[in-house]
Amino acid sequence: MLRVAIAEDSVLLREGLTRLLAEAGHEVVAAATDAEGLMRAVEACAPDVCVIDVRMPPTFTDEGLRAALVIRDRWPDTGVLVLSQWVEERYATELISGSPHGVGYLLKDRVADVTEFLDALRRVAEGGSALDPEVVAQLLARSRSPLSVLTSREREVLALMAEGRSNSAIAETMVVSGGAVGKHINSIFSKLGLVSDEHGHRRVLAVLHYLNGVTS
Amino acid sequence: MAWPSVTRMYLVRDLVSPRTWLSFIHHFIGVCVGALVVWIVVPGLVIGMLGLPVALIGMPVLGATLRFTDWFARAERTRFAVTLGEEIPGWPAGTRSGYRLRLLPRFDKLGERATWREVLYAVTRGPLSAAAAFVSLGVWAVGLIMVTLPLFDWSLPGGGFHIDGGTLHESKAVAVAVAGVLVLLAAPQVTKGLAVADAALARRLLGPPSSLAARVAELELSRERVVDAAEAERKRIERDLHDGAQQRLVALAMELGRAKARFGDDIDAARDLVDSAHAQAKAALTELRDLVRGVHPPVLTDRGLDAALSGLAARSPIPVDVHVDMPVRPKPLIEAVAYFVVAEALTNVAKHSRASQAKVVVEGHGYPGVLAIMISDDGVGGADPQGAGLSGLAGRVTGVDGRLTVESPYGGPTIIAAELPC
Repeated sequence: MLRVAIAEDSVLLREGLTRLLAEAGHEVVAAATDAEGLMRAVEACAPDVCVIDVRMPPTFTDEGLRAALVIRDRWPDTGVLVLSQWVEERYATELISGSPHGVGYLLKDRVADVTEFLDALRRVAEGGSALDPEVVAQLLARSRSPLSVLTSREREVLALMAEGRSNSAIAETMVVSGGAVGKHINSIFSKLGLVSDEHGHRRVLAVLHYLNGVTS
Repeated sequence: MAWPSVTRMYLVRDLVSPRTWLSFIHHFIGVCVGALVVWIVVPGLVIGMLGLPVALIGMPVLGATLRFTDWFARAERTRFAVTLGEEIPGWPAGTRSGYRLRLLPRFDKLGERATWREVLYAVTRGPLSAAAAFVSLGVWAVGLIMVTLPLFDWSLPGGGFHIDGGTLHESKAVAVAVAGVLVLLAAPQVTKGLAVADAALARRLLGPPSSLAARVAELELSRERVVDAAEAERKRIERDLHDGAQQRLVALAMELGRAKARFGDDIDAARDLVDSAHAQAKAALTELRDLVRGVHPPVLTDRGLDAALSGLAARSPIPVDVHVDMPVRPKPLIEAVAYFVVAEALTNVAKHSRASQAKVVVEGHGYPGVLAIMISDDGVGGADPQGAGLSGLAGRVTGVDGRLTVESPYGGPTIIAAELPC
């Protein structure tokens, strides 16, 4: 069971999220309507993870994103999962600058795939990461030339790694064995010149920093 | 006479044409009007100027005088239109400064060239019309006297017509009459010519400079294009909403309705329907998102052109190299137009060019200055600047006083360049 704080200004979505999380057995400790309310809730309840909408009052631009950065900075144990109607590679870069630990950035639509959404939420709460496939696609698209050394299968694995998925999740998605995934990952790391003995979250970090390095 | 008959006809007809006599009357009205006006404007200016050190007295007098010359300029424009058929354009709304408290001229007003041109016009109206009236009347009078000389030559002292102190014999009176006919034929032309010159002067002193008139015409045209472009855009959004998201939502509602009906008897079929409805809902979301992104991406407002263009490039199906170099962020409107130009150009590249790569360069030069945008590809070329997409682009660009050039020879490459003021 996770203790979750929500920041979402639309009543419909706030109630929907609360109900969805409750049905999945999680506890919603706070449901704020703006960034300030969220900060107070995090201060008071110390939730495991926050689900934050990017656009909130008063300016309806990127309040959620800025709140997420503040929370990461002041309460590093609290995961932040930012939801947005649109995903932009630039926002993702800002969000994962430093480290991708306990950070998620997903399209709001993904909430509709309840199991996957809850899985991403759990990853973020545990200090992992969850990047929207569309963001990853943008990151990959921006770094086309250096990635041309990879096979299409390896690029697929790289994308799933960048989303923050574990080996077993990748194997399940691609319908291959865990061993095959491991082999792909080794090949990717050696082709891109990354240190290959990293696992789990540190591995995501390496991948994202690599993508980020070639994009910026 | 060696003149062609048509010219002769005109010269004769001009003796009685309304235009000639309206011009004639125009000069005389000018004399009367000018004689009146000068007695209002000159004392008004003198008292106003002398009273300026005592601001409370001078300013309202000056203001009242300027209001009068303002009004007089309008009245004169009307008079030229009525008597001469000369349309002198007024100043476009908002190009002149006005008054405070009805009578106190704003300082801008006192510095405006147009203000003093109107004053100059009001003061010189009388003398100029007097000169024109004198010359016109003189030509007519001399002509008439010369033509009719044979009739009264006998009555002149000495039995002849005196020119340069000499005596003109009666036999020569006929020759003078013939010359008089020529003078009479020239009289309408002189009268009309003076009216035309008068109108030209009035146009210069009362009308906006021709560059401004040209600018107004240009703005009217570009406004029309912007309105057209906006209307086309509205229609596109309406069509996209109608064909896309709306249809999906209808399908979704239908499937949920069918699922509801099946839950009682066939739970598996109901589950399939809910699955399908779920997929429809997600597809509708994707379509709405793409639609909004095409209109105005939120990242453009939040993070500027660089971020929005890199997102655009990342979503493009062919590799796009983006280079943005701007010392300062342009105005939101210019950013939106710039984004629209690049988005539309890249859509064209992806759809028609068969290019293997494209390049976007955005450079800001100075502030206020120019934002130069260039989109190039290595495709097959042959883009039509008159086509719906590119002419819509041109409309948006000229709407903000920018310039769009399309270079796309058959065989490529295509280069679309836009310059926007920022």
